[in-house]
This record gives sequence, C-alpha cells and structure tokens, in this order.
Amino acid sequence: MSLAAAAPTDRGHDGATGGVPLVAFRAVTKRFPGVVANDHVSFVLHPGEVHVLLGENGAGKSTLIGMLAGMQTPDDGVIEVAGEAKQIASPRHSLDLGIGTVFQHGMLVPGLSVAENLLLGGAWWRRPRRAALRSRFRETCAAFGIAIDPDVPAGSLSLGEQQQVEIIRALWRGGRVVVLDEPTSMLTPQGIEELGGLMRRMAAQGIGVVFITHKLHEALEYGDRITVLRLGRVVGEIPPEALRQLSRAAATERVIGMMFGHAALHEATASRPTRSLDGTPVLQVQGIATGPGAPRPALHDISFAVRAGEIFGIAGIDGNGQKQLAEVLAGQLPGSGSVLLDGRSLAGLDVGARHRAGLRYVTDDRLGEGTVGSFPVSINLLLKQVGRPPYWRGGLAQGGAITAQAKRLVRAFDVRTPSIETPVGRLSGGNIQKVVLARELEGGARAVIYNKPTYGLDVRNIEAARARIRAAAAQGVATILISTELDEVLEMADRIGVMVGGRMVGIVPAGAEARGAVGRLMTGSPHGH
Amino acid sequence: MGIERGVTDPGLVLAEEPAVPPPAARVSGAPLRPLLTTLLPIVAALLVSGAILYSVGVDPLAYYAVVVRRALLSPHGLEETITRMAPLLLLGASLIVSFRAGLWNLGVDGQFLLGAVAAAALGPALITVAPDWLTLLACMAAGMLAAALWSLLPGLLRAYEGVNEIITTLMMNFLGVSLCNVLVKLVFIDPTTTTPITRTLPVPDRLPRLFGTTVNIGVIIALAVLIGAHLVMTRTAWGLRLRVLGANPRAARHAGFRVERLIVATIAISAALAGLAGAVIVTGTLGSVRAEWNPAYGLTIIPLVFLARMNGWAVIGFVFLFAMLSIGAEAASITLGVPHYYNFLLVGLLLIFLALVEYLDTRRRQHVG
Repeated sequence: MSLAAAAPTDRGHDGATGGVPLVAFRAVTKRFPGVVANDHVSFVLHPGEVHVLLGENGAGKSTLIGMLAGMQTPDDGVIEVAGEAKQIASPRHSLDLGIGTVFQHGMLVPGLSVAENLLLGGAWWRRPRRAALRSRFRETCAAFGIAIDPDVPAGSLSLGEQQQVEIIRALWRGGRVVVLDEPTSMLTPQGIEELGGLMRRMAAQGIGVVFITHKLHEALEYGDRITVLRLGRVVGEIPPEALRQLSRAAATERVIGMMFGHAALHEATASRPTRSLDGTPVLQVQGIATGPGAPRPALHDISFAVRAGEIFGIAGIDGNGQKQLAEVLAGQLPGSGSVLLDGRSLAGLDVGARHRAGLRYVTDDRLGEGTVGSFPVSINLLLKQVGRPPYWRGGLAQGGAITAQAKRLVRAFDVRTPSIETPVGRLSGGNIQKVVLARELEGGARAVIYNKPTYGLDVRNIEAARARIRAAAAQGVATILISTELDEVLEMADRIGVMVGGRMVGIVPAGAEARGAVGRLMTGSPHGH
Repeated sequence: MGIERGVTDPGLVLAEEPAVPPPAARVSGAPLRPLLTTLLPIVAALLVSGAILYSVGVDPLAYYAVVVRRALLSPHGLEETITRMAPLLLLGASLIVSFRAGLWNLGVDGQFLLGAVAAAALGPALITVAPDWLTLLACMAAGMLAAALWSLLPGLLRAYEGVNEIITTLMMNFLGVSLCNVLVKLVFIDPTTTTPITRTLPVPDRLPRLFGTTVNIGVIIALAVLIGAHLVMTRTAWGLRLRVLGANPRAARHAGFRVERLIVATIAISAALAGLAGAVIVTGTLGSVRAEWNPAYGLTIIPLVFLARMNGWAVIGFVFLFAMLSIGAEAASITLGVPHYYNFLLVGLLLIFLALVEYLDTRRRQHVG
C-alpha cells in the first residue's frame, strides 16, 4: 500500500496545463450499502485533454461516471463544472452542463434513422427541423472526420459507427465534455483505432474527453493524462508532461504497479511445467454434430479425447461453434455423436445427470445463464443440485445442509461476499465467477469444460481463475479450456484444438511451434498439421 | 443500469474491508419497513377516497362506518365476507404459482368458470348414486381437471413454440367463458326450468358449514391451499425451480431443469387451482351455474396479488380487506346511494399509492445507502 500513500489524492493545484478545468472532482465520496465505491476521489479534466481513467473491475469507475452523468449524487465532496460547484441532479442536468456520456451499451433506437435519434432529445412542443439538423450533422461530422449518412436506420450501422453517432449526440447541444464508458470493449481492432483517432481530433478542438478503459495499451496510446483507480481510491496519476517523457515500457510498468502492486507483474508469466500424461482418456468425444435447428454455425464431425489431468485448449475466433460444442457436451443443446465419460456413454443423459456423472460446464455467460442474479449466493452454489439430497429431502429444502455447504464453498473458493444470503448479482464479476467455479468443481468433477473462464475479469481474478483451473487439472480433472485469447490457451493447454466454422480443423501439441501452427489453422492455411 | 453497476462493482472494496458495518437503514428499519410500506398506501387510499366521497356529497365517515358495520360487525355480514373470501383465496393461490414462475396466466376467469360448470354438471347427477363426501370430492377433482385441460393448449404453445402465454391465456379466457355458456345452455341445462341454468346440488348435500354459521368449509380449503401453495413455492425444490424459471429462464435451462415440462405443469396447476375455486363456489354456496354468469373474480384478484407482492400471507390480508369492502359496498349502495362498484376505485387508489410508496422507498434506500 506504499503506492497509495505516495499517490496524490487531493491536489491543491491542477497540474501544469493551467486555466479553469472543465470538470473537477474534489474529494468526492460515494457509499453504497456495505461498500465505499468512491473514497475521496479527486480528478481534474482540462480542455483539450484525453483523460484516461484506468482500473480493474470494482475500482469505482462506473460509480464515478454515474455521478458525472447525474445518475447518482455524491455523499461527500464537491463536483466543479467550469470552476463552479454543482449538484448534478439528473442526466438532463448533466447534459445541460455540457457533459455528454456515452455508455457501454448502445442507447440508440435501432429502428429510427440517425437523424431521428438525434431529434429525440428536443423539446416536445417544437416541430423537429430536419433540414437544419442534417446540415448541422454534416458539419459536425466533417469537423470530427466522421462519415455517416444521417438517413439510414441506426440499427444498420456497425457498433463503431453507432458509437460515433452517440458521441456526436453527446456533443450535440454544445457540450465540452465527453465521457466514454469502456467504449472499446465492443469494437474490432480497426474500430478501436478509428475511435482513438476521433478522440484525438476532439481533444484538438478543445473538448475534454474522459476515457474509461481497463486496457493498458489503449490508455497509453490515446491518453494525455492517466488516473488509476483502485478499490474506490485514486492510487496514482500520470500528468501529460510526465507521460510524454516516459517510454512505453516504463509507463506500462508504472501503471501496472499502480493498478495491482508490483508483485502482479511477474507472477503472470510463470508457465506450467510440462508433465507426462498417459493413461486412458477420461472424456472421449466422437463425431459430434448439430442439426439444422441449432445456432449457427452448425457443428460437423468433431472428435477428440482428453486424458486425466490434461488441459485441452480450444482456440478460435469467437463464434466458430465453441459455445455450441460446450453446450452439446453439457447436454444443454441436442446433438448427434457419442460422448464417453470414463468409458461410459452419456447418450440420453440430460444436464443434471451429466453434472452428477462428473461432466461439468462453466459457462461464459455468468450472469445471463450461469447464475440467478437476484437469488442468494447459497442457492446459486447449489443451482445444479436442486432437489438432490442432502440439500433437499423428499422435495423439501434442508436449510442446515444448504447453509453448511454454501459456507464451506464460500470459504474454500475464497468468494468475497458479505454473506451467503447476499444476492449473487451484487458481487463483482470475479466473485460471481468464483461462485460458478465452486459449483462446477465441487464434488466429483471428472471432466470440466471452461468456456472463456477469464473473460471480463481483472488481472488478479484472471490469475485466481487460472490457478483454480490448473489445480483442478493437477488433481486429475480432464479439462477443456475454450478461449478466444490465444495467449491464454498457449500458456495453459497441453494440446490445442482449433475451431473454424463449426469444425475442429486441427489439433496441435503445446510447445514452441504451437503459436504458428494454431495461427495457420485459424486462418485456413493448408499447412496446419 | 448505472445504479446497479455501482452496487455491483465495489465488491473488491468489501474484500479488503471486512469490518464495514451493515447499512444503518437496514438495521433500524428492518421490522418496521414492510409494515409501513403496506399500511401507508392503505391510509392514503382511504384519505383520498374519502375526499372523493366528500366532493360528491357523501359523508366519508358515514360510508366507511356503513362498510365496517355491515361487513365486519354484523354477524351475517361477517359470514358473507368470509364466504366471499374462499374463491378469491384460491384464485390468489393460482396466480401466485404462475406469476412467481414468470408465467402470466391471465385466463383464470375462464378456468374458474369451467371448473364451476364441471362441478355443476357432475354434482347433481352423482349425488343420486354416491355419498356426499365422494360427490363433493369428485366435483372438485372434475373442476380442477376441466380447467387444467383447458390450459394445456396455451401451456404447450408457450413451452414448445414460445408463444406468449399472456395472449393465448387471454384468448382462451374469452373462449372459455363462451364455452361455459354453450355448455350450460345446450348440454347441462336443467330441463325442468325455463331459465338457462344447470341442475342444482341440493342445499343439504353441499359443503358442510362451520359451527352453525352460513360459512362453509370452502374457506378452510382455500386457506389450506393458499398456504400450501406459498410453502411449496418457498420451501420445496419444485417451488425453487419455478422461481428460478421466473427470475432467469436461461439459468433454469442451463441448470438442467426440464423447462418445457415445468412450464406446462405450472400453467396447468395454476389453472387447476382456478378451477377448484369455481368448484368450491358451486359446491359451497351456489349449487348450480346460470348461463351468462361471470363474476370476473380473476381480474379483480390480479391487482391484489401484486399488492401482496405475490406473498401468500399478504394475499390473505388483502383478500379479507377486499371481501369486506365489496360486501360493505353493496350495503352502502342501498343506504347511501354510492354505486356498489365504488370499491374498485378504492382498490385502484390502493395500487397507485402502493406503487408510489414503493418508488419513494427505493429512492430513499439509495440515498441513505
């Protein structure tokens, strides 16, 4: 915690840029039941600057934006807009103060045209002036180097283009501040580059941009000033003059140090020891395919086997049938072909029976299907054993057994929760994933399918999840690791299968050659094998 | 969105600071708050409705006095109030089951009538050859079965084709009401009368009465079923599966519940309970079903179930209140000239104030937090 102590938390001056800042937080505190989301947070946004807010999940970024956008009000401290203390009472008030916020999830009405979407904010008693709007839209587009037709339906635009429209909308009423909440999370690499260019052009015109991200390289690439949040506090800031002088590597090291403490830097690179794996396969998959009713792409003739303790990675670009494969194996999606667990056929067994037999599935959609957000942690830990003894007898819930098991799992899997009765949706992403892992690894797991197990987690929880996966494998669990992050698969897997268009196009052993081989398979080069 | 995220995100803060005390508001207001949020809307609704009565020249105190005296304080009125509760409680149980599973069975009136007609068709015929208890049980079973079968079509359509059950159950509701008329007029009509009505279950053969009053054991059956339904929903594995289905259908599928079967069974059970309500009212008080009879209890009870937040115990309280208001309102319409449907206005006001108080309460909690 020496870093936190050294970090500036409430600075009397506003850096070398001078002038009146567009927005300033002065020791702002925001509490929620049981937690302090923002603890004496101070930060300053100057005109013409891209100010990056960096932090892992749960660092308090979203709360901070919520207060800027007028959705929440601070409990303590002052928010200054253009040098004056303001109570931002509502989203509309925030817009009136010249602060436009672009949220992570699109807010455009897909069926309306771009122009109509921009008209939505206008006063209801006035006739919309479409012609004037169009010409102003073109001017604004030209000013920021955007090419979008105002008359096409918003839904037909790419995600990146929709975001550009939202940025224009944020600036539409003469705003000088744009807040972008994790804008790059849904974009293609090319889209990210375009957005970066747009941010730079906005800054060049004197607009202040707040850019929230948890990706370091984006912060360094496009940011003028970087503020790092951790556990609700500002733990460090790199002002523009310092950032310009630092080399990329030095800046990276400094920011990571602020985010996670310096220890995090080196533990991430430890690679698994090569182990000799022999013995009979635990999970044998033969000729898996899905019918015409299943989600696209359909699976074709997928076969592989996983031995005890082996980690079988499945690499591929997202949406090439990985989820379908996982669901067919788990019994969630009907498919043909044979699945053998310890030599026993799982044909005809449903999800519950496969779970009991020891075939477990850690879904990639933790909140969408993996848990019931409004239900307590305890029930979510037992969701796949509802009705089973000893937790239910004769159909009746056995409160004692449920509580005892939940407490045991919470402890064993280090789930950070106020109590086992807390609705699981209130926990952070990392802790929700621990709940799901606890449920799937508990009690006689023989083979576990992990679908993107570290997706959306911060570095510390990514490491925790990977350690958990390795530990389970070390105890003899046959492991299937589906990931779209090639580095994760390369680091963890013993063998790597590559999926393209619903087919397993090749399986390569781990090792120095693996990266190239997997890459060739993914791009469809014939020399994959 | 932002508010939820705000609560969700800071989990890590918690991890580092286990000594964070629980929020004061939840500790101090814990036992009082639900009582307050239930009582406040009732008081507000009574006040505003009183103002409305006053504005049309009726003394509100006199109105409330008539209602209370007639429906609560006179022995006969109290008996009527309690008797009226029976079908409403059963319909409440029916709606709790389906609403908690996130399935909106809005066809309860048709299912209720079908249950009533089935009981009225079977009862008078069976009583001539079978003992009373068997006849009454058979009537209730027939009522439940008829309603459950009627709900199979919307249930199957919802489970296997994803057709919205709100629309199909509502459509089946209209069809069911019409079918009941047709059945009474063409099939089960009593040939000895000129009015279209089924044959009548003789008074001595109906549900036994309680302690020499006019109240029959239908209300006991209804209370038992409602409390049973509440316990099933909260204490059993089956109830938990239904609640998971209601809270997150995708999680139900992921967890391996047989979602299709669950949906069909839930809608069928909900319908069976509505049918039971019809059978109880026929075997308990009416004895027969007249064509065109449709008290629309189902549509009346829906707001009450929402008021009770789908909690069985609270439904009992609200049903009692409503039964009292409607029995009393009938008396007040005679003595004070206030239309007897004035009690719906009261229920409407109650709903509005409940929503308001709920909204303010949520806001306050966020600000206190």
